[in-house]
Amino acid sequence: MAIRERLSGNEAVSYAIKQINPDVMPAFPITPSTEIPQYVSTYISNGEMDTEFIPVESEHSSMSATIGASAAGARALTATSSCGLALMWEELYVAASNRLPVVLALVNRALSGPININCDHSDSMGARDSGWIQIYAENNQEAYDNFVQAYRISEHKDVLLPVMICQDGFITSHGVENIELLEDEEVKNFVGEFNPEHYLLNTKEAMAVGPYAVSNYYMESKKAQTEAMKNAKQVILDVAEDFAKMSGRSYGFFEEYRLDDAEYAIVIIGSAAGTTKDAIDEMRNEGKKVGLLKIRVFRPFPETEIAEALKHLKGVAILDRTDSFNAHGGPLGSEVTQALFNAKCTMEVRNYIYGLGGRDFKVSDVKKVFEDMEGLVTEGKEVEQYQYIGLRG
Amino acid sequence: MATDISKITEQSPWQDLTVGNQIYGSGTAKLFHTGEWRIAKPIFDSEKCTQCLLCTPVCPDSSIPVVNGERGDFDFDHCKGCGICAAVCPFDAITMKEGQ
Repeated sequence: MAIRERLSGNEAVSYAIKQINPDVMPAFPITPSTEIPQYVSTYISNGEMDTEFIPVESEHSSMSATIGASAAGARALTATSSCGLALMWEELYVAASNRLPVVLALVNRALSGPININCDHSDSMGARDSGWIQIYAENNQEAYDNFVQAYRISEHKDVLLPVMICQDGFITSHGVENIELLEDEEVKNFVGEFNPEHYLLNTKEAMAVGPYAVSNYYMESKKAQTEAMKNAKQVILDVAEDFAKMSGRSYGFFEEYRLDDAEYAIVIIGSAAGTTKDAIDEMRNEGKKVGLLKIRVFRPFPETEIAEALKHLKGVAILDRTDSFNAHGGPLGSEVTQALFNAKCTMEVRNYIYGLGGRDFKVSDVKKVFEDMEGLVTEGKEVEQYQYIGLRG
Repeated sequence: MATDISKITEQSPWQDLTVGNQIYGSGTAKLFHTGEWRIAKPIFDSEKCTQCLLCTPVCPDSSIPVVNGERGDFDFDHCKGCGICAAVCPFDAITMKEGQ
């Protein structure tokens, strides 16, 4: 029986953590994710869960302690944002290469500088090559649902990779919305117990984690890691299928919104998909054939599936909430364009940067993008390959 | 993925490595002969040695074996030739010689 509630994204993820009741949570506060360790420690103080909470002195330490706990055999997690993720940089790679199934509740926030506490994806997109699975949410419901699915993916024997569950800072993390929660028992049964095959606290087997690997081993271990990321694709779909059976809510690598018969589409990640859907509905009423592909799983990157979903379009606008500062676009722009190129798709493709540092992204912005794309295709009106949306000047 | 680390060599294909390069077993550093790195070798003079054992705890590689309270000659499979033992010896019973 689903529980109807009204929760913020941070409350929703904290509630999922309470229901999962993991073994260890080391954490350090940083806006806008601070509430997650705050709510979890309140649950612990109230005796509603018995996770070992470790207040640490930095995010370098919170990820290090999460890794240590996981290697010891505990189900571990932490939460962070922005510069906190940046301070975990070294450990992100350590968690992934040591194949530790830890989960990170990431609340997306701009990286400094200029210093800014609002939403963009520069933090997680900077960590896109760290070897973590990345799953993004449009709203509170998805943040909750994604978190409930995280350990099943992470701990699968064919995967054994860390998972980052991302939601948009303030927009999702602090915005209160209606939500359907699962019963405690349902979550408990769905996630199951963590029974690692090898772990440091096993008195029956001596082991070492994270040894030095000379050149003769390093590439082979990286190949094994990248194969695990490939394996994650099927596991993500299988877990989503089981989740749908329990909850009635279906998830895939991405969501297609009015895309089937569309001529133009936007590809976007996160909360701005909601704004995009509203704009699409309005434009559809005016007879415009426009649609959306909202990325849920960015790592592993569902390259062939994305190309298949977009191949019929006349124009694709890829919207990034971060700039790669490579002078030709953002990370989503690069990867989707590569997917289309590899699939021999030759429609018009443009890359836009929006919403940096919490800049508002409006229905009118979406309409302008679609108008640009239509003008480019039907009238040959030039549109820059890569540009900022809503910029003064 | 393999779990028997004794079968893993520098010729093993990637499928045969352990997950995350984990090592199942203990004391495996013994198999790694760091003595090959040595460019100076400690020479032990048992005549001058008083068995004070100051050298043993300072060795970073545990390469001074002690049996029944007495040290013996160096474990040259693992001694890297750092020379700390020679520096702490009060009786000049250890001298450093250039080369392997």
